[in-house]
Amino acid sequence: MSRLLDLRLLTVAGSLLCLVLGLAFPWSKTPLIVGLCYGIAALGVAAMVRAGQVSFGHAMYACVAGYTVAFLARAWPQLDGMLLIMGGIGTSLIAGAVIGVFVVRYRGIFFGMLNLAFCMVLYSVIGKVYDVTGGTDGLRINRPTVLGIAFERDGFETALLIGTLGVAVVLGVLVQRYFQSASGEALAGIKTNETRLEYLGLSARKILWNGYVFSAGIVGVSGAMFALVQGLVTPDIGSWLRSGEFVFITILGGSGHAIGAFLGAAVFELVKLFAAAYMTGIWQLLLGATLIIVILVAPQGIVGLLLQKSAASKGGGGH
Amino acid sequence: MSLDLLLLAALDGFSYAGLLFLVSLGLTLIFGVQGIINVAHGSLYAFGGYTAASLVIWALEKQAPTWVLLLALVLAALAVGAVLGGIIEIGLLRRVQDKDPVLQLLVTFAAFLMFEDLQRLIWGATPYSSSEVVAKLGNISVFGVTYTRYQLLLIPAVAIVCYLGLLFCLRRTRLGKQIVAVAHHREVATALGINTKRIGLITFVTGAFFGALGGAIAAPTTSLVPGVGTDMIVLSFSVVATAGLGQVTGALITALMIGLARSIAVYTAPEMEVAVPYLIMVAVLLVRPNGLFTVAQARRI
Repeated sequence: MSRLLDLRLLTVAGSLLCLVLGLAFPWSKTPLIVGLCYGIAALGVAAMVRAGQVSFGHAMYACVAGYTVAFLARAWPQLDGMLLIMGGIGTSLIAGAVIGVFVVRYRGIFFGMLNLAFCMVLYSVIGKVYDVTGGTDGLRINRPTVLGIAFERDGFETALLIGTLGVAVVLGVLVQRYFQSASGEALAGIKTNETRLEYLGLSARKILWNGYVFSAGIVGVSGAMFALVQGLVTPDIGSWLRSGEFVFITILGGSGHAIGAFLGAAVFELVKLFAAAYMTGIWQLLLGATLIIVILVAPQGIVGLLLQKSAASKGGGGH
Repeated sequence: MSLDLLLLAALDGFSYAGLLFLVSLGLTLIFGVQGIINVAHGSLYAFGGYTAASLVIWALEKQAPTWVLLLALVLAALAVGAVLGGIIEIGLLRRVQDKDPVLQLLVTFAAFLMFEDLQRLIWGATPYSSSEVVAKLGNISVFGVTYTRYQLLLIPAVAIVCYLGLLFCLRRTRLGKQIVAVAHHREVATALGINTKRIGLITFVTGAFFGALGGAIAAPTTSLVPGVGTDMIVLSFSVVATAGLGQVTGALITALMIGLARSIAVYTAPEMEVAVPYLIMVAVLLVRPNGLFTVAQARRI
């Protein structure tokens, strides 16, 4: 009980901190929104890690959603920001459902690399079909109205920050609920022992497919938000490196609890700011080194450390 | 598409398949024995290429004869394979041997990230080229199509020599039989008195050498830019996966198939070039989920 309370407290405190920071220092809004977007995406990847599967290609769903937002906004400039995001989520869900049918037949390395392959195909096709996607220059997105209100740049960013934060909390709770639901537990069962799962009369493929589509949709949310805050989509949104960053955040934060994704994203953004200020050019080196240290020292991520600590203190106090 | 163009595409594909096979051979060998897909294999390819290019450029300044240049390519690959392969195996993989397979995969991915930046730090972002080697070997004419000897003869020859050499080692030598035993069952092999640690290191370094050699012999034919490693690891994975993980001979046939298909795409539908290998992989895996050449295995519960 107490450890759940801790994490809830952490969620509330973190959200408040985001809001206060964003309102007090307007320059921090964009990094905050970007960080939250990364957190949301990692939430999607975490759902797969729960099933013991690591996808190196989930950025493709952010890419699908981001480009949907751009296409919609260019075709119908009067469309509301909310509708654009909905559209983005919709296409990423559809893409997830279709690709999911194929990839859920595979486990482990195959699963990861097949996702990567799909992601690479999408990335390279988008980069080459210049007439439709603007090639590597990407597509500009004009600032849309949000819930019917036309914002200036600063107001728009505030609205996005509040919106992203709200979505992040809601999705975090939703994912945590999902983890504890029958379907979510079955998903974790794929990692533990898939054969036993099948003996229980459950279809592992069906369960993994559900989880996969769910996770694709979540990454889609992040992609749509990301496209709006940048006002631009480029193929980079779907690059393999982006997928790798999502995986990185997931492992760093830990997939034991939904809040891990956001803790991981916070650390990730801090490292990024630090690297941009003091060590330009060795960003991937830092990422790789951190990942190795995390895997060797704390394979359960930050959340794992937190849960371990609270379990230890509870055990020490109670007995 | 005219006949000449088709022939040219076939020659391109044949030469490229040689490269692709060499890299895939390393990847599939390491998987067969260690059970790990080494994502950092792409970095080995890139490091092999850059090191070879640097060596060749240095040797050209000293007016070295052609055979020295070719030797330089192999030496570069040997050095990269031994040093980087050794670092990855001893420094990283041994430490995660008993952990979750997902974490093992991530460790090689992390190594890959680090090597990408290291490579940029060492060689910068400007393209590296050492095409003088290709020019020195001259051209050959095949049914009226002129092609470089280096690409048409040397690259496939190196690939075939590596393939036959590996097969000979695995089937005829004591060390090779030990490797096969470890690949079959690690625990039983240990119980039989095989030093699995040593075998693991030898296999990994050999695989790493093949990857680096792929890069080294590719270096004179292209200009090296950051990102070559990424393309190669995904492409060689698609070869290995299509063939079936751990299938050495299967990888040879698949590399030919994918190499040819890719080069035909280059001439007929250039925007599809990158997608073709993956489309083949998807098509094959839809019909045979474990790859073309995998034999069915008993399920372990």
